[in-house]
Amino acid sequence: MKYIDEYRDKDLVNLLIEKISTLTAQDITLMEVCGGHTWAIQKFGIPSLLPKNIRLLSGPGCPVCVTSKKFIDQAVAYSRLPDTIITTYGDLIRVPGSTSSLNIEKSKGGDVRIVYSVLDALKIAKENPSKKIIFLGIGFETTAPGSATGIVNAENDKLSNFFLFSAHKIMPPAMTALIDEGVKINGYIAPGHVSVITGSHIYEDFPAKYHIGCVISGFEPVDILQSIYMLVKQIHDKKFCVEIQYKRVVKPEGNIKAQELMKEVFILRDDWWRGLGILKNSGLAVNEKYRKFDAEKMIPVMVEETKDEKGCICGEILKGLKKPNQCKLFGTICTTSNPIGACMVSHEGACNAYFRFNK
Amino acid sequence: MENNILLGHGSGGRLTHNLIKDLFVKHFDNPILRQQTDSALLKINSANLAFTTDSYVVDPIFFPGGNIGKLAVCGTVNDLAVSGAIPKYLSASFIIEEGFSIKELDLIITSMADEAKKAGMLIVTGDTKVVNKGQCDKLFINTSGIGILDEKFRSISTGEKIIAGDKIIINGSIADHGMTIMAARNFGNFKTEIKSDCACLNSLIKKIIDTTHQIKFMRDATRGGIATILCELTENNHIGIEVEESMVPINEKVRGMCELLGFDPFYVANEGKIILIVPAEDADNVVSAMKQNEFGKDAAIIGEVVDVHHGKAILKTGIGGNRIIDMLADEQLPRIC
Repeated sequence: MKYIDEYRDKDLVNLLIEKISTLTAQDITLMEVCGGHTWAIQKFGIPSLLPKNIRLLSGPGCPVCVTSKKFIDQAVAYSRLPDTIITTYGDLIRVPGSTSSLNIEKSKGGDVRIVYSVLDALKIAKENPSKKIIFLGIGFETTAPGSATGIVNAENDKLSNFFLFSAHKIMPPAMTALIDEGVKINGYIAPGHVSVITGSHIYEDFPAKYHIGCVISGFEPVDILQSIYMLVKQIHDKKFCVEIQYKRVVKPEGNIKAQELMKEVFILRDDWWRGLGILKNSGLAVNEKYRKFDAEKMIPVMVEETKDEKGCICGEILKGLKKPNQCKLFGTICTTSNPIGACMVSHEGACNAYFRFNK
Repeated sequence: MENNILLGHGSGGRLTHNLIKDLFVKHFDNPILRQQTDSALLKINSANLAFTTDSYVVDPIFFPGGNIGKLAVCGTVNDLAVSGAIPKYLSASFIIEEGFSIKELDLIITSMADEAKKAGMLIVTGDTKVVNKGQCDKLFINTSGIGILDEKFRSISTGEKIIAGDKIIINGSIADHGMTIMAARNFGNFKTEIKSDCACLNSLIKKIIDTTHQIKFMRDATRGGIATILCELTENNHIGIEVEESMVPINEKVRGMCELLGFDPFYVANEGKIILIVPAEDADNVVSAMKQNEFGKDAAIIGEVVDVHHGKAILKTGIGGNRIIDMLADEQLPRIC
């Protein structure tokens, strides 16, 4: 298949592995920030091909994983309101809240619908004028412009029954927090689709301040291995910089229109990240101009007290301090069919990927 | 266990397995059920019989390549045939929503009759129930089937005679049915020519049985896709399996749709695909024989049984890496069959 098979070429893969192996024997730890990378790395079996001195760690870039339990609890509370339809990306419905999940609420009759795009949620809003449609906005710079488009379109279409419940976050504060917390890594495999929107400048601090290289990577095996090679080369040459491997879609300046849409609709706020706690100016809230589409402001709801799981080390896994198999719940109590922590739910979660493909 | 039934309990994956184990097998327990084969293997007086049942709730009821009626006949015929049995008699029960079109029902019943005739089956008993509008979605069908089983094929269902070195064969491309249903539901606004692989495979299976008497295992890969079959097989028989990703046939259009929507084709449903395991020395002959049948044209050897990593199925990825094939944890797509 064109545009896929070229990037899964076995000979190219072998060549890259050989180049990585011969360049250095130094122990190197790289972190893939994006959950999409975590998934691809495990799906293609990349760790089984890499030389032993190259270690990959999964970072905090799985939207479902970093979202707080309080957000899930509030979404569950919304789903119990009369005449309310919850629209969400698929993975979120299985994330356990304190005492329930959207999946369980759905089985009890809650109207919870999986959508692939915010536009589907708008369509549902138009078809159900007597109901409130709440779209659960999760994810980073990749999905935030989509949610912003939803609000702008709702305004243009004069919809009064569409609401965004935003848990959107931006990536750089988390990447900085990890380094500040002392997570020992030698380079970032930087997120590809976030960078499509933001451009490459958001990572400039890492080489300048921390002497850590960043390579913005695509999602196919050849992309990932080439990015690893580029990072290993930076480390070998001791020349740290931001490079774009994923040139076929990422431009240095990013997608200006999407950036403007985000600025139009959102305002930065301090936000809570699983494993990292509250990070300053790391979350995106709906701004005052679009207040009437903000579920948090417009739809009051009683939310149960949030209870955290005992023994779950998702936080340390998200920070790259521990591997999934170092958690005592992993594979015993916490499995893909009975996830305890969020990292076990999403395909992009480190525990889920590790459980499915390595166990 | 959860307090309520979730859609994932009907996925054919891990939740379904847990439900069967913790509830159905626990309370219905008997030696025949405990074998958990696709068809129950019965001995009545001196006759060996295979007996199976399945319910069909596919949405939409008409889709490219078939409809709920064709599916209801083919699914049950295939469950019998993969046990090594010769399918003989079918029952057909209908739960119909008030207001359903008799013209559409006629189309469905006609295709059931056609399929049964092609498969050499007689539909000999049935039942009809009608429920209030909104209490079921259009039409649900249950079929049960009985087939005659040769004593020497009893081990095909369990795979107990599998040994390291045996080859794993599939009769054609994977994921066609699941992706056709997705497209038929307008999921992702796809316009595509793909169609379901829904078909009765008893003629193909007869061809295989005529070629080798040493079929070690045979199973139709429906819900949960070929991944689920391979997982069940390795877990139940404590054998190791290695599958070469590049050898598994897949239609380019289906593959493209899977890539775009983020589905792993190994987990997507089929309705006309079997996985079989035969001794290495018979594998090429079996594949050649299969290729002569219309439902085996793209038959291929996709992997082998190995004497390492017992209890695990390993996929050798196209780039040469290794990963585990695990069972589906939740529903990938409800009402696929």
